[in-house]
Amino acid sequence: MPVRVQTADFDVSHEIAALRAGDARVGAVASFIGTVRDVNDAAAVSTLTLEHYPGMTEKALEAIVSEARARFDVYDALVVHRVGELAPTDQIVLVVVTGAHREAAFDACRFLMDYLKTRAPFWKKERTPDGTRWVEARASDDEAAARWQAAGAGDTGP
Amino acid sequence: MRDAPPDSLTRLNVVYLARLREAFGVAAEPLQLPEGGSTVAEVLAQLRARGGTWSAELAAGRAVRVAVNQAMATPDTPVRGGDELALLPPITGG
Repeated sequence: MPVRVQTADFDVSHEIAALRAGDARVGAVASFIGTVRDVNDAAAVSTLTLEHYPGMTEKALEAIVSEARARFDVYDALVVHRVGELAPTDQIVLVVVTGAHREAAFDACRFLMDYLKTRAPFWKKERTPDGTRWVEARASDDEAAARWQAAGAGDTGP
Repeated sequence: MRDAPPDSLTRLNVVYLARLREAFGVAAEPLQLPEGGSTVAEVLAQLRARGGTWSAELAAGRAVRVAVNQAMATPDTPVRGGDELALLPPITGG
């Protein structure tokens, strides 16, 4: 269950090829990429700086991937999350899931993003024309993660 | 009279992340624990007692989460010398 935190950019086609290399059981690959927008909360964003809690971040991501593999009928999963200073249009995060069928792959991919948003210790600071500010947590992210808790283990989704 | 235990056995390493690090102006500091250890709630009370920014940022109802040895903790989680206790503002990754 590969999990990586890095400053470098990633290449989605390379990452997918590596994750499913030689695995002929795989019939579905679902992926999600989060990217930097140039506007947030009605202000123009020129840079986004991501920091994390080294050590705990990797443990939290590994725990989230383990839970996804336990809950969904999938073969493997990859999470790559960037840190450091990013600019609008840059890639921030990649989640890839392989499985036999699309439903579990889609569900696990969404689950991973929803849990990552609320459980992995990353923080965003953005630069706007008024200076820098820490991004506020969104209640909608908590709600998205909570839906999976209500769904319970073995369910197919929220 | 026995020797005092080395600092590493009685000191907690407190880590402040992101907005809290900037608010407090410190990234990490050692904190002396009472003999026999303490709890997350007691450490928070000790920090709050510093007043000013500390009591404001760590006031009840502020969404600060605590990790002990890099795992999410609750107020009654015990802490001992040598442990790492981190204060985390609401997370905003992804």
